[in-house]
Amino acid sequence: MVDSKHQWKAWLYLSPAIILLLVFTVWPIFNTLRMAFLNGYGNMAAMGGATFQFGIENFLKVIEYDKFLDCLKTTAILCVATVPISTTLALLIAVALNSIKPLQKTLQTIFFLPYVTNSIAIGMVFATMFNIVGYNPVEKVADTWGIINNVIQFFGGEGISWINQGSTYTANIAVMIVYIVWNALPFKILILLGGLQSINKQYYDAAKVDGTPKARVLTRITIPLLSPMLAYVIITGFIGGFKEYSSIVGIFGEKMGPPDDAGRLNTMVGFVYDALEKDRQGLASAGALILFVIILVVTLFNNKVIKKHVHY
Amino acid sequence: MKVVLENLTKIFPSRDKKSGKEVVAVNDFTFEIPDGQLVGLLGPSGCGKSTTLYMISGLQKPTSGKIYFGDDDVTELSTENRGIGLVFQNYALYPHMTVMQNILFPLQNLTGKDKLTKQEMLDRAYNAARLVQIDELMDRKPSELSGGQQQRVAIARALVKMPRVLLLDEPLSNLDARLRLQTREEIRRIQKETGITTIFVTHDQEEAMSISDVIVVMKLGVVQQIGKPQDVYDDPKNLFVATFLGTPPINVLEGKVEGGKVYIGDEAVMDVAGVEDQNVYIGIRPEGIEPNPNGVLTCKLNNVEVMGRDASVVSSHEASRNPVVRAIISSDIQVDTTADTVKYNIKPHKFFLFNKETEERVYFEVK
Ligand SMILES: Nc1ncnc2c1ncn2[C@@H]1O[C@H](COP(=O)(O)OP(=O)(O)OP(=O)(O)O)[C@@H](O)[C@H]1O
Ligand SMILES: [Mg+2]
Repeated sequence: MVDSKHQWKAWLYLSPAIILLLVFTVWPIFNTLRMAFLNGYGNMAAMGGATFQFGIENFLKVIEYDKFLDCLKTTAILCVATVPISTTLALLIAVALNSIKPLQKTLQTIFFLPYVTNSIAIGMVFATMFNIVGYNPVEKVADTWGIINNVIQFFGGEGISWINQGSTYTANIAVMIVYIVWNALPFKILILLGGLQSINKQYYDAAKVDGTPKARVLTRITIPLLSPMLAYVIITGFIGGFKEYSSIVGIFGEKMGPPDDAGRLNTMVGFVYDALEKDRQGLASAGALILFVIILVVTLFNNKVIKKHVHY
Repeated sequence: MKVVLENLTKIFPSRDKKSGKEVVAVNDFTFEIPDGQLVGLLGPSGCGKSTTLYMISGLQKPTSGKIYFGDDDVTELSTENRGIGLVFQNYALYPHMTVMQNILFPLQNLTGKDKLTKQEMLDRAYNAARLVQIDELMDRKPSELSGGQQQRVAIARALVKMPRVLLLDEPLSNLDARLRLQTREEIRRIQKETGITTIFVTHDQEEAMSISDVIVVMKLGVVQQIGKPQDVYDDPKNLFVATFLGTPPINVLEGKVEGGKVYIGDEAVMDVAGVEDQNVYIGIRPEGIEPNPNGVLTCKLNNVEVMGRDASVVSSHEASRNPVVRAIISSDIQVDTTADTVKYNIKPHKFFLFNKETEERVYFEVK
């Protein structure tokens, strides 16, 4: 125990951390709560001397707003589609990486590169790969290029408008899934590879003595022993998915959609940013809180499901 | 199934290029393990016991030499096709599976004509579990078992597919003293009941001596002596084997042979007519010396420890290589504990000579 005479010293030493926490974490949380429950709150208006009623109008507005449901849908689709794909891919890549000796370090670095690259920059590269729009003055139509379409055309297919004028929602989502999966891989591979390397090699020797086929070793030994890491990766994957925003900006720009349908791919976080931009902090706060509750519920659900499958 | 090892050698290449020293973990091991016997592979840490076992199991490839199971050359055969059961030094039970699932696991891997029905698998698993007396723990996870129970699960898992050869790597090293005694009897019983040729690694000589039909004593990758435990104990080939076997350890004294007599210091302790003059180490088992007023060897008396039936006379001698010279005698024999010195008589068949340079046994005729 700290001597009470010296307690002020303890507080002194803790104060930098405490002050930072208060200013940048506790206060914003509190403020979000406050603004969410003040009907129609806006910072500018507040500074202009307006007063606001306490109430739940902001929440009702968020829920009634039809674009909000679209945001929710896009977010949910991206989450549900990308987490299983990226987790499975990461698992296979990690297992493969773990089983090779030469070049392991090099490949590990290559797989890890996206993690340290700016996601907007990656988004722009993806945008380039999936389409660049140009105008063909001879035929008077929009022309598309891009390596993906080139590949499709090389194999005799027809180019698709992925992200430009006239693209479909499905095509947009497909691009987003590819991008998000690719972007999510490095972190997952890193975690799973770490998990794999901490599994005692003797389990594999034992499996070998028992004549276990490779596929069964993966499903009956590796995956169960890796299950705590898999659970972590899945849960954080869902949380990250619900906060998806910058990746869409990276590819589609701030319009959050193809040029002819701005906002089509807007997500929950995008919705919050939009509201902030329009000086509707009350609405934004309510949206953020709703997002928080959704993430909370999904995580609790995940935890419950995963607990049954996580061993020890 | 007899197991034959022929000039088995394992060399691990050196890790760093600079020192360039490779490790000869097992050096030219030749031995035929008769069918249905329990063989104890014995030696100090790092002498190549596990390596030998792993080569027999197929988990490691020998650098040279051959391994036969019966008449089949299995040297090139992969582990899963050898039909062995292996119990690892730390059991390696799958932590996420119950005892039942652990024991079933090897059976579920069987394919083709060996494939079993669900019911057959369950029957075999229960039989194996009953054999090692864990049939009441089938629903537990390994983490919910004691060390001894885990060890028995590991044995059941190794036995359930009825291996041709059972290999155990220091199976008792994680157990406490009491459990160790109990479990080694258990291993003995299981081995006799199943009749499976079993090779059992340990660095505890008492353990090996007490349950093995045959022991193999190894040192630095080289086999020192092979034989029945009692024979090896009574007739060690060299100083290492003599000192490695027996608790309390054999008394070792420096001395010399001169004119057909063995001298320790100035005292002539034994007639060894026909043995050339040389410097020797003299090994005398603690049960081989007896206090006697007319004894031939005089030592400084330290104290007498009475341990129930036996007593241990602790003394010292300048020529002794051990800190003490110890005699184990019946506690009925009276020793004058107030005296400064004690004189011992020596039993010739508990008395061994080893050349001082080679440390090889020097034989003589007991009269
Ligand atoms: N993979 C390896 N690479 C290099 N050297 C090895 C390897 N495995 C074992 N050795 C060496 O081979 C020798 C024998 O090792 P081994 O594991 O067979 O000993 P052991 O008799 O089982 O010892 P312990 O009683 O400590 O288990 C040791 O010197 C060890 O350092
Ligand atoms: Mg070992």
